[in-house]
Amino acid sequence: MAAHTKGNSDVRTQSGEVVPFRRPDPSTQPTSLYEQYRATVRRSPRRPLILLPHTLSEVTGPIFGRGEVDAADSDLTRQHNGEPLGERIIVSGRVWDDSGHPVPHTLIEIWQANAAGRYCHDVDRHGAPLDPNFSGAGRVLTDDSGQYSFVTIKPGAYPWGNHFNAWRPAHIHLSLFGTAFVQRLVTQMYFPGDPLLAFDPIYQSIPDEPARKRLIANFDLPSTKPEWALGYHFDIVLRGREATPFEK
Amino acid sequence: MKSEEHLIPTASQTVGPFFHLGCTDHRSVGCLTDANTAGEHITLVCRLLDGDDTPVNDAMIEIWQADSAGHYDGEQSAQESGTDPRFRGFGRLATDENGTCAFKTIKPGATPGINGAMQAPHINVSVFARGILNRLCTRVYFAGESANETDHVLSFVPKGRRNTLLAVRDVADPSRWQITIHLCGEYETVFFDV
Repeated sequence: MAAHTKGNSDVRTQSGEVVPFRRPDPSTQPTSLYEQYRATVRRSPRRPLILLPHTLSEVTGPIFGRGEVDAADSDLTRQHNGEPLGERIIVSGRVWDDSGHPVPHTLIEIWQANAAGRYCHDVDRHGAPLDPNFSGAGRVLTDDSGQYSFVTIKPGAYPWGNHFNAWRPAHIHLSLFGTAFVQRLVTQMYFPGDPLLAFDPIYQSIPDEPARKRLIANFDLPSTKPEWALGYHFDIVLRGREATPFEK
Repeated sequence: MKSEEHLIPTASQTVGPFFHLGCTDHRSVGCLTDANTAGEHITLVCRLLDGDDTPVNDAMIEIWQADSAGHYDGEQSAQESGTDPRFRGFGRLATDENGTCAFKTIKPGATPGINGAMQAPHINVSVFARGILNRLCTRVYFAGESANETDHVLSFVPKGRRNTLLAVRDVADPSRWQITIHLCGEYETVFFDV
């Protein structure tokens, strides 16, 4: 049976056991208490996490947002009467699990600052201008083969109070559900060549350099549209099962 | 399958302080039920405190749970076993200025666990916020539930810390269950490596 036809339902083997998910190498994920990122100090557990063997609670997950996404949700430049200011971009890629199976029909939630580095949010006090034509929120579903694509503008760098002269590198927030509680992922996509990455404790909190660099999208000429928008490619990998029922 | 062929899962990052834009402004789920959902209707009130016991007013809390019969949406046997179509197993809310959010849901049934033993009724919880680089996962159990005594997962938790996972019933309003999640500090909640 083709891998991409497998849906939410294969959470158990024929004998009724739950199929557990692989656990990532901790060095490929952020260090939760990372003192250079000051907010982690009061918000990180100090005691070791307790290892949870996977049960139905962990291998099932919500089917969220399907049927609630329309085309306008995936074009953040067309949500108002006029065009937003900034560099128009197309972000595309595929969502995989770590076994190399595409993850079809899964929701990706998107939020970001505008081209000036300002979020359309009450809490944001950065003096850069709001853009009346840009809200900075969108949603997209992956297709049958796990592919997704959305149109937006390149966000600006953004100052924050973490340390003297602290600026976040340009980034887009992405939130994914996958098909299981353990696959839930919230991450940030960065842009190649950004000089601020070297100074950003949120990005630098990931110990493993190759894992860190995978958060940087690639400029992609094939998906760049002439006279229209630059293309960036960004693949996302969710955790996969230790063995699928079909492989047993 | 050869282990070296596995891809590396994408690294987690914090949701930051502006997640409301993409997640909860238009897509929050505070009510998982309707009037006819089977089971004991409850309100689960979650309060989130940081290491200084200051309410965390910029967090997102998500819950995932079984229906009153102990079935999860999307479970293999869902159709034969009849998962309640009037129940949505997923909820999520932003915390308010008091670090609090409240889900209208039902008390879940017992679900199968390790080695075929049944798990005590519980709600799976994810916490996201500025300063949280990897989402934090915990569980909410119900104080006074006899099945708690034999639950495998609770048995992994040191006795002195089990009460951090127990929601307590409100004396004045018995449909209201409350839990305080301490991110760190003396009463640090038990978080799981899922």
